[in-house]
Amino acid sequence: MTWRPRLAEGTAPVLVVLLLLLIGLAVAGPAYDEPSGYLALLKRAAPLMILAIGQYFVIVSGGFDLSVGALVTAGVVIAARLINGSESATARVILLVLAFGLLVGLVNGLITTKLLVPSFIVTLGMLLVLDGAIFLWTGGAPRGALSAGFRTFGRGAVDVPALGEVPWSVLILLGILLAAALFMRGGTGRALVAVGDNEAAVRLSGGQVDRLRLLAFVLSGLLAAVAAILLGGFAGVSAQVGDGLEFRAITAVVLGGVLLGGGRGSVVAAAAGALSLEALFTLLNLLGVSGALESAVQGVIIIAAVAYASLGNGVRQRLRWWPQQRDSARPAQPAAS
Amino acid sequence: MTKRWALVVAAGVLALAGCSSDLPDDQASAGGSPSSDATKSKFFDQTEYDRQLKFRSATPQGPDGKPWEQMLEPEMVDTAKFAKPGGKYTLCFSNAAVNNPWRQVGFKTMQQEVKLHPEITTFTVLDAEAKDDKQISDIQSLSGKNCSAIIISPNTTATLTPAVEQACQTGVPVIVFDRGVNTSCPVTFIHPIGGFAFGADGAEFLKEKVKPGGKVLALRILPGVDVLEQRWAAANEIFTGSELKVVGVEFTDGDAAKTKSIVADYIQREGRIDGVWMDAGATAVAAAEAFQDAGVDVPAIVGEDQQDFLRLWVDENLTAVAPTYPTYQWRTPIIAALKILKGEQVPKEWVLPQPRITDDKVKDYVKQDMPPLHYAMCGCEGMPGYPVPWK
Repeated sequence: MTWRPRLAEGTAPVLVVLLLLLIGLAVAGPAYDEPSGYLALLKRAAPLMILAIGQYFVIVSGGFDLSVGALVTAGVVIAARLINGSESATARVILLVLAFGLLVGLVNGLITTKLLVPSFIVTLGMLLVLDGAIFLWTGGAPRGALSAGFRTFGRGAVDVPALGEVPWSVLILLGILLAAALFMRGGTGRALVAVGDNEAAVRLSGGQVDRLRLLAFVLSGLLAAVAAILLGGFAGVSAQVGDGLEFRAITAVVLGGVLLGGGRGSVVAAAAGALSLEALFTLLNLLGVSGALESAVQGVIIIAAVAYASLGNGVRQRLRWWPQQRDSARPAQPAAS
Repeated sequence: MTKRWALVVAAGVLALAGCSSDLPDDQASAGGSPSSDATKSKFFDQTEYDRQLKFRSATPQGPDGKPWEQMLEPEMVDTAKFAKPGGKYTLCFSNAAVNNPWRQVGFKTMQQEVKLHPEITTFTVLDAEAKDDKQISDIQSLSGKNCSAIIISPNTTATLTPAVEQACQTGVPVIVFDRGVNTSCPVTFIHPIGGFAFGADGAEFLKEKVKPGGKVLALRILPGVDVLEQRWAAANEIFTGSELKVVGVEFTDGDAAKTKSIVADYIQREGRIDGVWMDAGATAVAAAEAFQDAGVDVPAIVGEDQQDFLRLWVDENLTAVAPTYPTYQWRTPIIAALKILKGEQVPKEWVLPQPRITDDKVKDYVKQDMPPLHYAMCGCEGMPGYPVPWK
């Protein structure tokens, strides 16, 4: 028996795509001759990758979270207003933003699980509520300013032995990614995937379906708050910072081979999907393609990736890179990364 | 299998929803190629361009130090038929929106201007929330509210024209400011010099400061808005006749993160950028930060009169210029309305001076205690109550 890397189903294609894009970047841009270029790319992709990880938890358990974009905007606007340029408030406000994300996730999750409203509707409603509330509060023009301390996480770098200057956001991303991968290998993570695959089976076997779903939404909200801190740090205060991010995160997750509707896909692949998306946009820009194509590209990706996933095992088996022995009658295995 | 296909449909709907919510992007695909710098924009109008450039050096009439009461080459019209002596005026205002910092600062300035005049007993404001249909019904409902005068800041030009004409027919004096309408029925139309002058101010500065052959990056918010198109058309005209090389024309959607990414990409792609032109300064700080984060000096840059940019300019000693679209123009409609109601003459087209902030004057405009997105050219420093309402 030959050794195969332990990759969850659907991880290999996105890694191939990512590799091709990175090679494309190396050819197209002189800045990608050295590690710093890739670090810059990773720094820019970090917020989206973190959002994609959060979105993954919700999607793999059978839901959607459309509220993350509005939540990011809310996080940045609230932070700016409360910090108002004062350095001493930074730590307190960061905790508050994280708590706010947690709370929004909790509300999303409770309404979905207790009131049995489909998550698509709940989070769409939350998106509108947050958008409206932000507009009402700011009148469309955010006030206040972020402190230098707050912006360090999105903008600054730290000296790491052997690697040199590594952006804070990259370190935070790696920490979250590692934790998420470990979590998905554990019992709770596997149960989360199982909920997306067959809710009834999990319930009958004594699993806490509602609690698992709630956890997914809370994690998504919390990670959206982290993304808000990084994005606010990267570019400063703006009332448009989160526009369209929910859609971008879902595209990234789908590009990572995660099945919409849940039950299949790995968290590392979802993060790789986000990095691929960012790399693709960077490459298009380097090639001089208008940025206006971004939404068209996203639309094509999401339709193509979902269609590919829906065509069923038959086509996938034929398209598979390396042969794999498996019993196709067996239900999809809870994926681990 | 059915469940799977249902998901495909759901994803498709999602994709469409995502696309349609990104309207500026879709529009951008129509005209947003970097090669457009070689051709003349359809928004370019030589006569208007020459007129605006001439206005910049003209001497305005009106009181010194109060640019919101000044006028450039006015053609006065008689307003005796609107005279309504005795005070107790009800001023009505149909506002396009208060959805950006510029309009926020402007609207606050206008409210304070109203407080300066005890003869105004009621000031009724309807906010159209950037929707044409809402503004049309707003204007209709104002027509039935016993207004002494109706002030309109139109959301868009063509769609609002019939509504403004209807308001004129009620016999109440109508004052239009900021964006215009395609009718001459308002008593006066108030606006600063205009987009061509704004765009030219920035482009001329770069032509002067960037060495021949230098690479200039042009950043625009979104295509299709006439005020912004005019700014770019003028800059394009000047760049075409210069030795500067425009390496890119990009749309930022007014988003700081996107702006920063675009600029970082260009620094990588071109090796160096020698000048940045912007059609609006709201994201100028993000553009400058992209250079700082890349570890290179910020090149000559065009911003606007927002406090965050002015502070960065002074702190980092930037080579910069700030053309302005002054928010003090929000004071003028109130002043004009009172003039009309007193039967005094007003210009048919009230062109306000449109100053630019240059390096020698920038320190005067930095106000450390004001919010970062506050517009310095508000003409509000001398108003009673300053600075509390603007904070």
